[in-house]
Amino acid sequence: MKHLGLRLFFALALPAVLVVGWWLASADSTDVYWPPLRTILTAFPDVWTGERLRDDVLPSVLRLSAGYASAAVAGIAFGTVIGSYRRVRAACEPVLEFLRAVPPPVLVPVIMLFAGIGDTMKIAVIASGCVWPILLNTVEGVRAVDSVMSETARSYGITGVARLRHVVLRSASPQIFAGLRQALSIGIILMVISEMFAASNGLGFTIVQFQRSFAIPDMWTGILLLGLLGVLLSLLFQLVERRALGWYRGLRAASLSRLGSPPGRRSRFRVTDRAQPSSVGPPRARPLETDAPLRLTRRRRSQ
Amino acid sequence: MQSLLAVSGLQKVYEGSGRRVEAVRDLTFSVEPGELVCLVGPSGCGKTTLLKCVAGLLAPTGGEVLLEGRRVSGPPPGMAVVFQEYGRSLFPWMRVRDNVELPLKQKSSLSRARRRELVAEALESVGLADAAGAYPWQLSGGMQQRVAIARALAYEPGVLLMDEPFAAVDAQTRADLEDLVRRLWRERGMTILFVTHDIDEAVYLGERVLVLSASPTVVQEQLKIDLPAERDQLHTRVAPRFAELRTHVYEQIQAAKRGSQVSDPAG
Repeated sequence: MKHLGLRLFFALALPAVLVVGWWLASADSTDVYWPPLRTILTAFPDVWTGERLRDDVLPSVLRLSAGYASAAVAGIAFGTVIGSYRRVRAACEPVLEFLRAVPPPVLVPVIMLFAGIGDTMKIAVIASGCVWPILLNTVEGVRAVDSVMSETARSYGITGVARLRHVVLRSASPQIFAGLRQALSIGIILMVISEMFAASNGLGFTIVQFQRSFAIPDMWTGILLLGLLGVLLSLLFQLVERRALGWYRGLRAASLSRLGSPPGRRSRFRVTDRAQPSSVGPPRARPLETDAPLRLTRRRRSQ
Repeated sequence: MQSLLAVSGLQKVYEGSGRRVEAVRDLTFSVEPGELVCLVGPSGCGKTTLLKCVAGLLAPTGGEVLLEGRRVSGPPPGMAVVFQEYGRSLFPWMRVRDNVELPLKQKSSLSRARRRELVAEALESVGLADAAGAYPWQLSGGMQQRVAIARALAYEPGVLLMDEPFAAVDAQTRADLEDLVRRLWRERGMTILFVTHDIDEAVYLGERVLVLSASPTVVQEQLKIDLPAERDQLHTRVAPRFAELRTHVYEQIQAAKRGSQVSDPAG
């Protein structure tokens, strides 16, 4: 209980300091663009009423979910195929390198030509940005399936769907989750960007509207809401990950303690993904970092 | 009588990047039903290559492996392998019970109830009935290797292949596991082909020991182990006959490294 309290304290201390700092620094502000935090917080409940939540926040979240989910399905499916066959990988690699280097926001006008300006376009934009980290990490994870595990599966006749489900995907799951996590933050960014183009509702649209109509405190509340949404989604993600990868944490902790690190000093910085003795656990490749292909500089808005 | 497992003229050549390595030159031997045969040879003599060819995990360059008269071209259903690297052979995302059960799920003839029964029996006979709900990484090395053995037992293989299974555990655990293998072999009347680099282990466990030469490998000698069936770590290992046999195998292996032959032991 005391432990939990301490953790909660550490988690909340810095945010509290920042909020207080913002509050004090902005308290006497008369700058229109920098309203006092007090004003922003007062405006918050007025702006984000039930109606707005339903008409703007909900559509945004739904688009994000749809785009993210289709990216996850496509990324894991293609990643598994590419990772499983050396020839396919050799053929796909140059194309993948090119495609993932294209910043997804640039695709918005292109996708708009094909998919119109409706939800399909926004979902496509989100999916097209989210798919890369998931795909590339899945490829790496599937490639890195331990050779002894593969041979064990073969010798016991575990092939086809059973092998995919019980061996390959499970073994790749730590990397797949690393990809999913990167994709989540890319997804939120793209959700907002896609709504800044040719939209009539959504969080991104609303924030731009507030800015254009000089409702500056309202604009700030939108930004706060986006931040909160990000935190909420990341907490949800952690919950799922904890369930799905419980074994992986246990395995790593066990490998570490077997390697002789004194108890209580299992700092995460001592966790090496590579080069562990063969008998204590599968060696794992480090999750792949994508050079997040996103340019978030201010761009001229068409309309 | 037809041998259960017959290896004839087995050859394996690795070719790659301009180098041709002949790991196994010409191996011929057979294993009769219910036998416990140990293969022992100097390190790097292609023991693992041989075992993988027998298990159908590697395609031999020449010769053939017959299991119950049928040529092995891929992993045959009637064979189970226990690998040296237990930590990489057990699936860390599955509990012990599920690790043992997964291969059984591939046999469509087994009902769910029968699978449960086999899993429980197998874990019981390796002394791990209590660990069914644990994850492999929560267990010690020796216990993990027991799980791997239980998985093989539950599979009810015609031939059990063991590839240096105890090379990565400590000496005491090793002795326990050796006795476990002897006990399981006698209780269940299994056929076991046991690969090791440890001469004492080969003599202690085997009914017959095949001494392999250095790479490129051939069978240097086949040796019948005429020790009593009832063996234990304390008495068997100090028996004069044990000493004679192990000395002989040791000399054979030294000779194998030089490429010569030693005459049969008296007895």
